[in-house]
Amino acid sequence: MAERAFKIIPIIGAGAGATLLLLALILGPLGALFWRAEGVAALGAADWAAVRFTVLQATLSAAISVVLAVPVARALARRQFFGRGALITLLGAPFILPVMVAVMGLLAVFGRGGAISAMLGWLGLPPVHIYGLHGVVLAHVFFNLPLATRLILQGWLAIPSERFRLVASLNITGRDVGRILERPMLRDVLPGAFMVVFLICLTSFAVALALGGGPKATTVELAIYQAFRFDFDLGRAALLAMVQFGMGAAAAAVMLWVAVPTMMGAGLGRTVERLDAPNAWWDGLLLCVMSLFLVAPLAMIIVDGLPNLFSLPASVYSAAGRSLSVALLSMTTAVILALTIALMVVRLKRGALLVESIGYLVLAASPLVVGAGLFIVLFPVADPVALALPITALVNAMMSLPFALRTLVPAVRDIEASFGRLADSLQMTGWVRLRLVLWPRLRRPLGFSAGLAAALSMGDLGVIALFSDPDSATLPLQMYRLMATYRMDQAAGAAVLLLGLSLSLFWIFDRGGRADADL
Amino acid sequence: MLTFEGVGYTQDAFSLQADFTVPIGARVAVIGPSGGGKSTLLNLVTGFLTPTQGRVLWAGFDLAGTAPGARPISILFQDNNLFPHLTVAQNVGLGLRADLRLTEAQRQQIETVLARVDLAGLGARKPAALSGGQMSRVALARMLLQAKPLVLLDEPFSALGPALRDEMLDLVADLMTETGATLLMVSHNPEDAKRITQSVVLVGDGVAHAPVETGEIFANPPAALRAYLG
Repeated sequence: MAERAFKIIPIIGAGAGATLLLLALILGPLGALFWRAEGVAALGAADWAAVRFTVLQATLSAAISVVLAVPVARALARRQFFGRGALITLLGAPFILPVMVAVMGLLAVFGRGGAISAMLGWLGLPPVHIYGLHGVVLAHVFFNLPLATRLILQGWLAIPSERFRLVASLNITGRDVGRILERPMLRDVLPGAFMVVFLICLTSFAVALALGGGPKATTVELAIYQAFRFDFDLGRAALLAMVQFGMGAAAAAVMLWVAVPTMMGAGLGRTVERLDAPNAWWDGLLLCVMSLFLVAPLAMIIVDGLPNLFSLPASVYSAAGRSLSVALLSMTTAVILALTIALMVVRLKRGALLVESIGYLVLAASPLVVGAGLFIVLFPVADPVALALPITALVNAMMSLPFALRTLVPAVRDIEASFGRLADSLQMTGWVRLRLVLWPRLRRPLGFSAGLAAALSMGDLGVIALFSDPDSATLPLQMYRLMATYRMDQAAGAAVLLLGLSLSLFWIFDRGGRADADL
Repeated sequence: MLTFEGVGYTQDAFSLQADFTVPIGARVAVIGPSGGGKSTLLNLVTGFLTPTQGRVLWAGFDLAGTAPGARPISILFQDNNLFPHLTVAQNVGLGLRADLRLTEAQRQQIETVLARVDLAGLGARKPAALSGGQMSRVALARMLLQAKPLVLLDEPFSALGPALRDEMLDLVADLMTETGATLLMVSHNPEDAKRITQSVVLVGDGVAHAPVETGEIFANPPAALRAYLG
């Protein structure tokens, strides 16, 4: 099909506006930071230690996640068993799991007073220490092992079953199958999976806030927060933010070179047809350990927190209310931005590249960097603390934009391919097309994107920590404060509340999009 | 009168030339091998493609620069002629107003055309609840309401069985007679052309030939048509 003879100018305009707003949100604060920073010479020994720690923990987290994910993905790829679908869904769950809830759960299992330490105590051994490098890496593996497993599983399922049949017909077995079919696939998939996890860990803030700290275990993000919050040293915060953005941009640049698998892959329902798959017990054991690793921390939290759910301090419930409004505002913003950009992108020749670039740029721009920059921009004209919640909502919306785009762009493209000409021939343009053609058919992907954006925002602990005073805390921040003051029962109750609200938000919007969808 | 005035369309290795006129009220079949340019010819009329040379005129008026929906044309595509999420009545109503803000009189009109194509009382259904033949009738009802003077059919009945397809073609022929509209119909099947058209445009080897009377062209097929018919 050749070029469209008639383009729809207002939609392109709106999409371009949304893209520019996004760029301004990323680059504007960065510019403000650049203006404030006072040269690299000002980086002290502690700052360099933070840089080293950040890279070290991200490398370890990514390496461990990916290495462990390979056998798990292989087990999932070649075994068909009851509950396999549920397990794959469970692997997607950490994506919308609030970080503080997971941290709380990991503490309950691996912490000083946790289940493992208790068991070691019965044997007369000292308790394990979770704070520091290994705690940060443990939490990152908890979040990213499932993600890496899903990415690698996609690679396995992308090998055509005919090839496995061909190999079997040539009587090639065991290790040779791996050499001929699986190793080339892994060579393609692993670098991308490693980089995705690496980039996520590079910009992770809440995990380092809760489990890191101290001179030995401070990430750059955490150092930005401390420079900002405790020393109110704007110049140093700005400098660190530049360093953070530089690391993110470098990682993102590497990602443009390696093939990165899609993070929103669907169709993991089938298994590969392996005619040789020995060691069923080994695969079973692996999957059991993996499930236990994912489920045990959450189960502990629910057991600890449920009894306290209705007897929490009033400040927790009001924080929950604030978090809900931030989540809804953030969701609305994310969906509107994503929809306008998606409508524009499908009309552009190199739209796919634009979407990918936006995605990486957002991933590279850490929320704290954007937040710190916005603070500097707003400081002369308004009270940033008073704007803490709207800014949080905006930054959260930005962070969920790449995922919303990855869902919406293919959906819009599909609709235009199937019904674009019919709509054109009936002169359905502009608002009418949006209302009568796109909206009804986009309800499902819109519902999913909205649910994702709402849940991500609900569970986020990032920018808000920079700005907030005690009266404007969100639920994750309030929960962190309870943990920091060792009110663990109340923190567990708040964790259950937060978990319930995040999952409910996702469920409500995702369901809402599916209901009564005549497709 | 539909006029192809020295029209040429070229993209990569593909090219199509057309230079002929179709009189008002004519019923014309467009026949030729797949990939020969039948759909391209229709798309040049609808405006989904722009000629690289020449002009397409309707009643002496150059269509260039007019958006597809604003042209004096109703189109039935091969598939996706109805929006699955809208009811039958809404799908038909789009022929009156693209924003579906319909008056009572217009709703009455919808009922009337639905009755005309034997779908009385089915207005509230969604397309998924209809048979293939019924879906075609809905699209034809919308075409009736659009009341445009030129009708283009891009094999909309190709998924139907032979008996049902004949039924639809007869309905199209009746509707054309009632409205006096001009018909351009792409078809793979010579029987379709013989059934309802008066002349045939043969498309092949990069050229859309001027229309020839249907009976004559099948009685004395030119070499290109003989090769196609086998």
